[in-house]
Amino acid sequence: MTTGLAFELRTTWALMRRAINEIARVPAAVIPAVLAPTIFMCGLAAVFGNLTQLPGFTTDAYLTFILPVGFLQGAAFTGAATGVNLARDIELGWFDRLLASPAPRGVLLAGTVLSASLRVLMPITLLMIVGLALGVNFPGVDGLVFAVFIASCFAAVAACYGVILALKFKTQAAAPLMQAGVFMAVLFTTAYAPQELLTGWLQDVAKLNPVTQILEAVRQGFVGDVTWADTWPGLLALAGLGVLMIGLAMRGLRRAGN
Amino acid sequence: MSPGAAAPPLGARIVAESRVVAALGRRSVRQAFRRPQFLAPIIIFPSLFLAVNTGGAGRAVDLPQFPPVNGFLDFQLAGAMLQSTMLAGVSAAIALALDIQIGFVDRLVAAPIARWSFVLGRLAATGVLGVMAGLWFLMVGLVFGAEIVAGVPGAAVVLVLVGLNAIAWGTIGAAIALNSGSPSVAQGIFPIVFVILFLSSAFFPENLLLEPARTIAEWNPMSLIADGLRDPIISDLSLRPTLEGLAGIAIVAAVGAALSARGLNKKLRSA
Repeated sequence: MTTGLAFELRTTWALMRRAINEIARVPAAVIPAVLAPTIFMCGLAAVFGNLTQLPGFTTDAYLTFILPVGFLQGAAFTGAATGVNLARDIELGWFDRLLASPAPRGVLLAGTVLSASLRVLMPITLLMIVGLALGVNFPGVDGLVFAVFIASCFAAVAACYGVILALKFKTQAAAPLMQAGVFMAVLFTTAYAPQELLTGWLQDVAKLNPVTQILEAVRQGFVGDVTWADTWPGLLALAGLGVLMIGLAMRGLRRAGN
Repeated sequence: MSPGAAAPPLGARIVAESRVVAALGRRSVRQAFRRPQFLAPIIIFPSLFLAVNTGGAGRAVDLPQFPPVNGFLDFQLAGAMLQSTMLAGVSAAIALALDIQIGFVDRLVAAPIARWSFVLGRLAATGVLGVMAGLWFLMVGLVFGAEIVAGVPGAAVVLVLVGLNAIAWGTIGAAIALNSGSPSVAQGIFPIVFVILFLSSAFFPENLLLEPARTIAEWNPMSLIADGLRDPIISDLSLRPTLEGLAGIAIVAAVGAALSARGLNKKLRSA
């Protein structure tokens, strides 16, 4: 039993290492994904920074308000990239060899999606360095650790979504679908403004979108204190999405093997 | 043509080259529709960004310094079109770089056609895709309650500017592809497009941008193009913003054409 567990952990770690090695092997493919959240944070703050003048805006520092969006954006795009990489592995036949190996399906999924949890540390580290240099409020050690933890988990959830689509379409041509899905999940929330200041359809969609709760949980340490009242809805939404996505990804993996 | 035979008349040569450019342009447009990776940046992502900006920052029209508009969607349409055409240029760069990589361009260079026709074909396709994107965003705007204050002539001006801007950004895309020959390098340009857009009046009035973006936007030719595109949508048609928009496009096209010519020469020397 212990040997089996040790084998599964070793296999998971090998798959994670392979995914992380790609950063060094193909840096040109990684750089845009690492830079994008920081560019969006700075750009959106420069463009929409004066929204804080609107009555009801919860902070007067838009950069601080928008930085947590970058955490989830970095996580989401890292997850989508995991799906694209899997689609490439399927196209090249590498994934068929993994399916034929004695590694359990759960281990194949864990190795693939947990690599996203590690890779996301790159964009959010850059984001934090630039954000703090530009005067973003430091969320405190607890707020920062919590935000990084949530972003890592969200990257794994987004990676599961990418895996589901990669297994369904089996082609890198599905990349826009993966990216568009996570783009909508993160930005159709209270990303730009507090709930009361959103307009039209977005106000309703943001209220129903579980990622809004996750974003507010990440944001709380930056705009105020970390409290249980703002934490549990985010954790619940993350757990719910996680269970759903892992279940669908496992179903896809089981079908892929048949 | 046998040695010593008279060269065909200029008119016949132009017709023949036009056919080549049209065929290559049609191939490029079909390629964009066949591969979602090329079409998504032109239509899907700018549409999603338009939706998010409009819903997320729609209350911006309540800011005292905001120019009078029918709605924030009206203001945002120009930004979406600009984003779409710039990304069309980058998509064209990726497609051309792939053509270089698989040897298709080498075969065209060896064929008895003008050596610039493959670049011109790609530019023509980018212009067509730009006009199609312009039509898409005008339709989306009208469906969701935007008004084109200058009416049909205003919409026509918008489509002309969008098409020309797509061609101008196509020259930048061609320059990137010809000079690098690498789809990965072309792909890496995507974030830069957003930097250029954020540092212009594409998404927000120039006077409401935060520093240093405001100062940079004053000098960014994309602000001229954004204001030129926006003018017929939010006000009556006037000559000055349109001419300024054309001037902005000319600046981008001049830079792109110069760099493309350099890249083409480099490519032909190595062929």
